[in-house]
Amino acid sequence: MLNKYPLWKNLLILGVVLLGFLYSVPNLYQNDEAIQVTNTTVDINESDLAVVTTALEAAQVEFFGSELDANNLLVRLNTVEDQLRAKTAIERALTDDYIVALNLAPTTPAWMQAIGAGQMNLGLDLQGGVHFLMEVDMEAAIERRMQDNLSNVRSILRELRIRTRGLSLISNDYIEVRFASEEDRRNARSELLDNFPELQFQNRESEGLAILDMRLTLETSLQIQRDTLQANRTTLLSRVDALGVAEPTVQQQGADRIVVELPGVQDPAQAIRVLQRIATMEFHLEAALGAPSLSYESYTTPDGVPVNVDNDVILQGDRISAVRATLDQNGLPQVQINLDAQGGNQINRVTRDNVGRNMDILLIETKSRTVSVSNDAGEEVEAKEFYEEKRLISHATIQTALPRTFVITGLSLTEANELSLLIKSGSLAAPMTIIEQSVIGPTMGAENLEQGIRGVQVAAGLVVIFMFFYYRVFGLAANAALIMNILLIFAFMSSIIPATLTLPGIVGIVLTVGMAVDANVLIFTRIREELADGATPQKAIDSGYDRAFTTILDANITTFLVAAVLFTIGTGPVKGFAVTLMIGIITSMFTSIVGTRALVNLIYGGRNVKTLAIGNYAKPKSATS
Amino acid sequence: MKNEFDFMGIRRIAGSISVVLVLVSIVSLAVNSLEFGLDFTSGTSVRLNYSEAIVLNEVNGALSSNGYIDAVVVSFGSDRDIRIILPVDETVAVADQAAQAAEVGETIAALLRNETASEVTLLGSDYVSAKVGGELAEQGGLGMLVALGIIMVYISVRFQFKFAMGAVVALAHDVIVTLGIFSVFTIEFNLNTLAALLAIIGYSLNDTIVVSDRIRENFRRMRKGSPLDMINRSLNQTLSRTLITSFTTLLVLFSILFIGGESTQGFAVALIIGVVIGTYSSIYIASNVLLYMNVTREDLMIPVKEGSELDDIP
Repeated sequence: MLNKYPLWKNLLILGVVLLGFLYSVPNLYQNDEAIQVTNTTVDINESDLAVVTTALEAAQVEFFGSELDANNLLVRLNTVEDQLRAKTAIERALTDDYIVALNLAPTTPAWMQAIGAGQMNLGLDLQGGVHFLMEVDMEAAIERRMQDNLSNVRSILRELRIRTRGLSLISNDYIEVRFASEEDRRNARSELLDNFPELQFQNRESEGLAILDMRLTLETSLQIQRDTLQANRTTLLSRVDALGVAEPTVQQQGADRIVVELPGVQDPAQAIRVLQRIATMEFHLEAALGAPSLSYESYTTPDGVPVNVDNDVILQGDRISAVRATLDQNGLPQVQINLDAQGGNQINRVTRDNVGRNMDILLIETKSRTVSVSNDAGEEVEAKEFYEEKRLISHATIQTALPRTFVITGLSLTEANELSLLIKSGSLAAPMTIIEQSVIGPTMGAENLEQGIRGVQVAAGLVVIFMFFYYRVFGLAANAALIMNILLIFAFMSSIIPATLTLPGIVGIVLTVGMAVDANVLIFTRIREELADGATPQKAIDSGYDRAFTTILDANITTFLVAAVLFTIGTGPVKGFAVTLMIGIITSMFTSIVGTRALVNLIYGGRNVKTLAIGNYAKPKSATS
Repeated sequence: MKNEFDFMGIRRIAGSISVVLVLVSIVSLAVNSLEFGLDFTSGTSVRLNYSEAIVLNEVNGALSSNGYIDAVVVSFGSDRDIRIILPVDETVAVADQAAQAAEVGETIAALLRNETASEVTLLGSDYVSAKVGGELAEQGGLGMLVALGIIMVYISVRFQFKFAMGAVVALAHDVIVTLGIFSVFTIEFNLNTLAALLAIIGYSLNDTIVVSDRIRENFRRMRKGSPLDMINRSLNQTLSRTLITSFTTLLVLFSILFIGGESTQGFAVALIIGVVIGTYSSIYIASNVLLYMNVTREDLMIPVKEGSELDDIP
């Protein structure tokens, strides 16, 4: 029983220790408070830097290390108070096109940044973050649903060959269909009833015409609002995910608003860009030649070709379930669109009768601008105004009756990628506008962070003292493993799987500290038992580690399973806690089994040992007295 | 063996105590419910802009001296913008509060205008629905159920079904009793405490598995002795480990409680309660269930491969 690790194993452990140290060290560097300036339309240049510098000097805010790259201006400041004052000063000096955001600038040396050793992201509770309030346009959501219904009614009646004297959307929740005879209305009504269970039907006579009113019930309208809010929330969540934020809060506020909180976002300007891609989408047919000029609108394709697009919407963007840019069997780029069941029926019905015609996709972006209006007192005040910008993003010929899954071909690779991105961002259920955006300063989080870290320090200190007095030399090995474990968790969270550290996350680490020694306690009590049973020291070490291993493995696997379930199902604090717990379990398995064994082997291995310094244990009764 | 403590000798008493604890917890949860924190309730948020930079503590003082004791003031974007969060007023219906949010905003703004020389503008006031509201509680509950299911399967495969039952009953016991203690002593239940509750599952499970592992080993190694003796012996063998680990964990938790600041206190309290109950349940609940289900040596025999006996025949 030699208890020696081969050289490669020792080197491997040493390597892990060094990597852990290297990748956790950046957390010791204090970030600088910074102000980041970006522009939504044009690149930032030297003259902007001059404006910012002058503004800061005028406001007597001390700053240093201003950096200017392609579309980013960063100014470093000494304190949080300076940062807030600087923001106000810079905002006053620049126009509305500029986004002035609070940020943190890393101070780690360039070579560390080059090998990807960075700092941990801190959650909103520890460092502040970006906060948005978005308003969903519910009127538009309901009107879109009814527009959709109107097109459906039209095509169903056409299919039934029932002629109408016109049909139209009277208000945003009410369709009127006019028939020449009562018989037509009767036939139409029975068929439409089956197709639109959510609408209320009512017959009415007017000016010799049989009229059918189809109204949205209040209940359905509320349901649409709920669904819309939910759908927009989901879309926002996936957009936020694109930003790589670990614990975003995307929560409902009131009946038509959504709050987005992005903790630890390094680039607030980018967040705004991604979230502001507020767009919806509509599929239309190209207007037939010679169609009345009121029935279409004119657009130009991305290539500059003028196109007349029919006003009838054949499909709304919310019917799209998935979009992908792919290559066909000949390796040519294409965009594949999957629709939901109802969308599939709709597009099939329309395209069946229109093979050879062109289909157009319109992207509708809702933007807001600041305008001056006069208030009640006759004063000029600034107000936000919403406006829609429609753009033709695809113009393609219908080759065949389209099924639920179809492709748009004839695109270049870049075009295919762009189109799929545009469609993805356009599949919001209803237009949304950011009505409030602000960045939460890091002051309130700083205290939480400081206390949390002190908690970890004191906890680790107490455990280290206890382990040394209880297990002596072995306790020292366990302590080294414990410290290594904390380093590894930090290294993991800062670089390997960049995760956001939150308050529950810190508690997860602290708990890991408490529980990580468990593996060593298991091993050491086993070794003591083996010694008490009369085993030689070398044999006791070996079988102690060996026997404890299954127990440690079972205990850690089950706990890991719980953490994995929490991670998959949970959000926010639950997820934050689960992340650190999972990482802690993996690292502690390594440090407390392999790490301590290497140390114990170095101390006791390969030589003749009479006693082990592992604290008190019952001496074997019938040894060799 | 001497110095052995007859844990299972008082198993009926321990069992009865646990049943009583669980029943009291359930009754208290049904009657008193939990003291939910602002995370789970809702509140009114008032956003204000000052013409000059302000100190948050002064606003806080002004609010509490005017009866808004539970108001939370946070800086919001710049040193001149603040947000005040008011918890739900129990006396007013939720729908009314949503409607009255604007009124509350005006009242607060008027109140603060009297307290400061700088100009106060009301930027807006909203009724904030519960932070992640029912969704997160639902996730937590669902997470627990799924986790329990997966653990059942894992332990059934690695050990045996009776052990799985033991572990799951112990976990359910811990969660219910911890919640019960929160309910009886009206300790605030917030998102942190929810995470703590989930951590308790991990901790208690860890403990239970260690004991079960020893029971399995002893059943396989020792030919003699009743199941009760085996379990008693296993509990005694793992006792020092159980106590040391609970001790180090508690050491850590108490340092969070006293040093970690106000925001982690709820977490620490929940976990301290959970660790104590978890330690108790891994000794008494899981083992007790095993005995009630008549665990036998045969349950844990390494299955002999079919056909292997035939091969042994010369």
